[in-house]
Amino acid sequence: MSGLAGWAAMGGYAAFVWPAYAVALAVLGGIAVQSVRRYRASLRELDRLQRGGR
Amino acid sequence: MRPYLGLFRHDVLLAFRQGGEIGLALGFFVLAVMLFPLGVGPEAETLRQIGAGIIWVAALLAAVLSLDRLFAADYADGGLDLLALSAMPLEGAVVAKCAAHWVTTGLPLAIISPFLALLLDLDARSMAVLALGLLLGTPALSLLGAIAAALTLGARRPGVLSSLIVLPLYLPVLIFGAGAVEAGIAGGGARPHLLLLGALSLAALPLAPLATAAALRQALD
Amino acid sequence: MLTYLANPARFMRWSGAMLPALGLAAVAMLAAGLYLALFVAPPDYQQGESVKIMFVHVPAAWLALFAYLVVAVASAVALVWKHPLAEIAAQAAAPLGAAFTLVCLVTGSLWGRPMWGTWWAWDARMTSVLVLFFLYLGYIALVNAFDDPGRGARAGSVLALVGVVNLPIIKFSVDWWNTLHQADSVFRMGGPTIDASMLWPLLVMAVGYLLLFKALLFVRMRTALNERKARALRLAAPARRSDAPVPGASPALR
Repeated sequence: MSGLAGWAAMGGYAAFVWPAYAVALAVLGGIAVQSVRRYRASLRELDRLQRGGR
Repeated sequence: MRPYLGLFRHDVLLAFRQGGEIGLALGFFVLAVMLFPLGVGPEAETLRQIGAGIIWVAALLAAVLSLDRLFAADYADGGLDLLALSAMPLEGAVVAKCAAHWVTTGLPLAIISPFLALLLDLDARSMAVLALGLLLGTPALSLLGAIAAALTLGARRPGVLSSLIVLPLYLPVLIFGAGAVEAGIAGGGARPHLLLLGALSLAALPLAPLATAAALRQALD
Repeated sequence: MLTYLANPARFMRWSGAMLPALGLAAVAMLAAGLYLALFVAPPDYQQGESVKIMFVHVPAAWLALFAYLVVAVASAVALVWKHPLAEIAAQAAAPLGAAFTLVCLVTGSLWGRPMWGTWWAWDARMTSVLVLFFLYLGYIALVNAFDDPGRGARAGSVLALVGVVNLPIIKFSVDWWNTLHQADSVFRMGGPTIDASMLWPLLVMAVGYLLLFKALLFVRMRTALNERKARALRLAAPARRSDAPVPGASPALR
């Protein structure tokens, strides 16, 4: 196999390499997204309270 | 020395009087061991190979279950506050309580382990190494367990939480305890393992009470 | 620097200024690392292309350990010097460390499968990382197990220090256990020394992971400080309004 297909096949180990990278992306991306979301929520909440909300 | 002995005696007597306490731990120990032949099959060969590991794991679990005996009752009825306010250093009180806990948990486990070893068809030499290992390692279990027991006072679900916290700390004791029996069987000699077990308990003796006392002070604040 | 940043307001300003650049640097490094790992690094003479998993696995292991040290050091600072941000730093770092540990475990399993034929091999390193994962879980569970967050924070600090003292002992005993049972699990990445063509992607990924950790640490610390401020404001609210809700009511109830 050559070219892009060859590269994607990862010498036959594609079934292991790609899921590994996917998991790394999913977990690290996931916690990054969760952290930022919660941060933004805290900003909104603080803003709301400081403007005199309850 | 007097107040420590007094505290030690008090806790030991309490455990004996509420006879269920010691019996419960022992009963669980025996039951847990008995589960394995039922789970993996009764072939003596298999049981002999994993026997030491089974007994050690069961001992660990029995120890974990008994941890709430250490401080929970005193915490609830104010006895812990009195201990903290007394002239005795809290670390010393912790040592006395751990000693009482060991005498009423680890020591009985070590004593009946040869009978359980019989159930799993371990040879006499392995039985001896097992019992000696338990004798040397269970003090560490009491001392380390006290840290977890103190940290979880007042927490939600203290029992499960204690187990989660303490079992990683128990791993070295398990490894060397079961390893001692295996080494004995393999002919390499169990001595290094047993010495390490003893070293773990000795190292825990001055250090664990420091952490435990710190955790107790936090709980009492 | 620690005392300079002890003031939460100052930390907020400083971290707020640094964060965009930090985030950008992290993304850039990770992108560069991924490019090097996937397109530039050669296959291993022994393991073929499966060695590419190393570039996401090994840096994760390094960060998993590093994050635990951050938790431990922050806990020590909290207990000894009562630095106001130390507990916040420790609690912010722990979930990040657990995430890196999880990545390490799963990618390690995927790496091991073609090599050892099993989805899990009880070798010394992987077993130690598994134990580390439970140390993280125990810490996070303990901190969150109390109604009083201050008590949880203090208990967590003690546990973190107990954990870090035990870590070398656990690692030593697991190494011992492993050699006792003769598990054959020698990871030789490209020979006795790592070739430069594999070292560079590894280091770039490691730096990328580190920058990501630092950026997310700041994000989580800022979140914690915001939430703390919000809690204080909510508790003060009844004093300003007569028909206020029960003080300390959690956001979920509203």
